[in-house]
Amino acid sequence: MKWVRNKLDQVRKPFEPGEKYEKFAPAINAFDTFLFTPNHTTQKGAHIRDVVDLKRTMITVVLALIPALIFGMWNSGAQYLYQERGLASVFDVPFMDAFIEGAILVLPLIIVSYVVGLTIEFIFAIYRGHEVNEGYLVTGLLIPMIFPVDIPLWMLALSVAFAVLIGKEAFGGTGMNILNPALTARAFAFFAYPLYMSGNAIWVHEGSTDAVSGETILGALASGTYDGSVDGAAASSVAFSGPAPSEASVLANIDFYDMFMGFIPGSVAETSALMVIIGAIILIATKVGSWRIIVGGVLGGLAMGAIFNLFGTMGSNFIEGLVASGQITMEQVYNDAGAVAALGLSGWDATLIELGTNQLFNFPFWQHMVVGSILFGVVFMATDPVSAAQTTKGKWIYGILIGFFGILIRIFNPAYPEGIMLAILLLNVFAPTIDHYVVQGNVNKRKKRLNAAKAQLQTA
Amino acid sequence: MAQNKESKKQDLILFLSDTDEREGLLGKKNRKLLSDPLTDNNPITVQVLGICSALAITVQLKPAIVMSIAVLAVMAFSNMIISALRNLIPSRIRIIVQLVVVAALVILVDQVLRAYAYDVSKELSVFVGLIITNCIVMGRLEAFALGNGVYKSFLDGIGNAAGYAFILILVAFFRELLGAGKLLGYEVIPQSFYEMGYENNGLMLLSPMALITVGIIIWVQRSRNRTLIEQN
Repeated sequence: MKWVRNKLDQVRKPFEPGEKYEKFAPAINAFDTFLFTPNHTTQKGAHIRDVVDLKRTMITVVLALIPALIFGMWNSGAQYLYQERGLASVFDVPFMDAFIEGAILVLPLIIVSYVVGLTIEFIFAIYRGHEVNEGYLVTGLLIPMIFPVDIPLWMLALSVAFAVLIGKEAFGGTGMNILNPALTARAFAFFAYPLYMSGNAIWVHEGSTDAVSGETILGALASGTYDGSVDGAAASSVAFSGPAPSEASVLANIDFYDMFMGFIPGSVAETSALMVIIGAIILIATKVGSWRIIVGGVLGGLAMGAIFNLFGTMGSNFIEGLVASGQITMEQVYNDAGAVAALGLSGWDATLIELGTNQLFNFPFWQHMVVGSILFGVVFMATDPVSAAQTTKGKWIYGILIGFFGILIRIFNPAYPEGIMLAILLLNVFAPTIDHYVVQGNVNKRKKRLNAAKAQLQTA
Repeated sequence: MAQNKESKKQDLILFLSDTDEREGLLGKKNRKLLSDPLTDNNPITVQVLGICSALAITVQLKPAIVMSIAVLAVMAFSNMIISALRNLIPSRIRIIVQLVVVAALVILVDQVLRAYAYDVSKELSVFVGLIITNCIVMGRLEAFALGNGVYKSFLDGIGNAAGYAFILILVAFFRELLGAGKLLGYEVIPQSFYEMGYENNGLMLLSPMALITVGIIIWVQRSRNRTLIEQN
């Protein structure tokens, strides 16, 4: 340790104020404080200082992300290898094989994300003459975790550059950004290169063969081809009797346990609800993430899902009624548009048929929480202290609306199954407005109280 | 008689230039009228006017160029006409008079486009007609043409339209190049790039990216010329 310290002191000599490379001091300082604790102490008076600074906060978030990341690496490898080797399920792949394969796939993403992002941060720190901020430690890890594993590296690099430049530095750097930088990167890639960011083919590493299917559950639901081997699907018997998925589908034998544990295709590290919950516990226990936002987001999502389920159930009941009265068979409802048209339904009845056969409407609302990245988004993205609402009441509103819009976009627009991304970005924009009205509401309340007290004084 | 003639000439000069001082056709002040809107007083990046059309028609280079020419013609001539009429227009109805002049010119431009460049005209569709509402046109009429001579107003119109055109074409250049891999409809990014895995950036074709591109231009401009940054 001493040796490192001495070496660093030696190296930093030309960077001291007044020396030759004074301009580049932030770079060496960042590296120094990354290895050692910052050595500036209070100069005057006695202050009780909390040890929690920005660096500690960010490292806590990184720690909370590690379980999901490790699992994501294993899952990326296992999802690919079990299809490549023609095995029956992901569990037949030897653990180390899957993990190493996954690491080979995922590590380049992380390296590219950090190298590109930190380079830009360093350049701006030197140009603007401030220290390098720690914010990118988290962003740089989050970005590869929410991308499909097969994203070309240059696309990732471009998205990172866009997120750091336009999402962050344009507004003044860490702490000033309006939008969550990691989600900005994903949104950029999503709209710029939709073929690489959505669809059925990209969620599992392609490898050498074309036999690999990378469909996600959300994708299958949106296209109406999910076969419904989900626990609890029996609650609505009509819901999942749609056209069966092809034999090769990855989704043929997935149940709720798999979805909760995350043995499903998806972005690198968002599949496992369990790992996200572990992360959430770390964030909440250390008070780094706001539990109000997390709970609000989950509640909002559940509420919205339940509302849609209600419509879905109305639809399936209607169809069951039709089938029971012998006007049409279940087979025809799904596969024979002519027979449905022959019923001559119009208005609300026609809508009911659509609602009943729409798999997204009928997907049990509580299972929305474990498919897709809604949980990941609510726990790690929505709680970003910079772009979230700051007031207590505002956090509730912000969280609930994120869950609400996330599910709304997911169900209403099958082209955007990851509506949670758009929902969080939308609410990021509205967070200051929410805070403003919460604060204003409080001001008004106190004003009213003051006026009432004054009036009482006058009458007394 | 000779004196009368001299004073008439004086009147004409005053009418055209609004100042007593004689200045060359492209004297220093007149040149400034042309060059200022291109850089430090750009109608889009500094005055933030005319953003709407900058978003709408910058997906490709060709419509942007045609639009620029259309705006140039409308601005130069409307500035000139309003300046010529400036002492006759009662100030209470000046906006209506301005609108009539601008609308007439826009219809003229629209008809010419339809006659000679029908495809582009169809592509630009409603946006040619919307030049009437382009804030830059009305802004310059109000701020400049009503108080300055004909020739100066003409130069001011050309200058501001050129400033508008410069940004429009710059944005369209990047959007078409990165979004579609083309310039003026010709493929410019070699096929070998695509074979190596290059992809066109679909986001560049969506209108938010026009706004962001304009934003980046403003960012670059302000960091080069710090006097443009507001002091509060």
